[in-house]
Amino acid sequence: MGPGDLAQALAGLPLISDPNLIVGIERAEDAGVYKLTDELAIVQTLDFFTPIVDDPYAFGQIAVANALSDVYAMGGQPLTAMNIVCFPQKKMDISILRDILAGGLEKMHEAGVILVGGHSVEDDELKYGISVTGTIHPAKVVLNTGARAGDRLVLTKPLGTGIISTAIKGGMAGEGAVAKITRSMSTLNLKASELMQATGVNACTDVTGFGLLGHAAEMIEGTDVGMVIDSTAVPFFPEAREFAVMGMIPAGLYRNREFRKNMVEVAQEVPQYLADILFDPQTSGGLLISVPEHKASRLLGRLHKAGISEAAIIGEVVSEPKGRIIIR
Amino acid sequence: MTEVDVRGFSCPIPVVKTKKAMEDNPKDVLTVLVETEVSKENVSRLAQSRGYSVREEAVSGEYRLTLTPPGK
Repeated sequence: MGPGDLAQALAGLPLISDPNLIVGIERAEDAGVYKLTDELAIVQTLDFFTPIVDDPYAFGQIAVANALSDVYAMGGQPLTAMNIVCFPQKKMDISILRDILAGGLEKMHEAGVILVGGHSVEDDELKYGISVTGTIHPAKVVLNTGARAGDRLVLTKPLGTGIISTAIKGGMAGEGAVAKITRSMSTLNLKASELMQATGVNACTDVTGFGLLGHAAEMIEGTDVGMVIDSTAVPFFPEAREFAVMGMIPAGLYRNREFRKNMVEVAQEVPQYLADILFDPQTSGGLLISVPEHKASRLLGRLHKAGISEAAIIGEVVSEPKGRIIIR
Repeated sequence: MTEVDVRGFSCPIPVVKTKKAMEDNPKDVLTVLVETEVSKENVSRLAQSRGYSVREEAVSGEYRLTLTPPGK
């Protein structure tokens, strides 16, 4: 669903507040956080979706990496997971589901996450994902708000998976492009999260369905800071440019742009394809981190050293204009 | 004049079918019928990237795009 649709559905619902609820659904946070003791809180999230690549094993890996990412974005440690399966049993061989689950399990092992159960329903359309429970210190939750003027913005993965996935659906993407985005989407944000926590940052979110600018907007909406993003510094897959120019643009990209049009100002010299890529809905995208200026190059160096080679400083947090994002 | 009717298809199929029509009939003016704003935008992008000029008309909630190849 588009960002505006969800806000409409949630508007006016009688939410119950609780002193132990550190992060609820009031703000667009990545995961919920509930305090158990002064030293310990649980982090919960879930995500599931239809296949984004044709290979079932890779799809399982991506779905798990994507769901775990919400916990990593908050600086939490995922512990357990439950499978969520919607499967068209009459149309598809059960071995496909087995491959998906095997791929998912492989990522859980890599993340040190234990599978404790799951639920499956028969559905016309295949969907897979997980719910995740993790832990975090209540005082060390990294929210998506908290960015301060002068911070640098670090993005840890290249953009363009939505555009390239659209090209895959259209039979236009070559094997190389498929392999490239599969590798990126199935990469855990675990290391990036650990390095972010070791460095000490002011805010973080993971870039997923609302695109870079949609999630960046959530970081500053209603706050007293804005952002300036250097479009030439933003990492993206070269194939995304090629396919954007060709019109392989997912409907979600247009929705993302429409929803944030009042907050985002794109300079005229920014080429159309790049303006598109900045709103491209991502699956299992990177972390977008707001880090104090004096720590920015240290964080970037650590990310690069850990093999997160495409991580880049893409802009900064500014005191003016408040609540707006300027793209240069 | 070649007509491409991609009403009822969602992205990226309208672009794929228009691209094929361009490759099969490189010198033709194409008329493309699309249903959604997204398809209209995407087909227009494809056309512009290949040097076609694009004229669009809204016809009862749908769009008729006239794509004229370069040099015509």
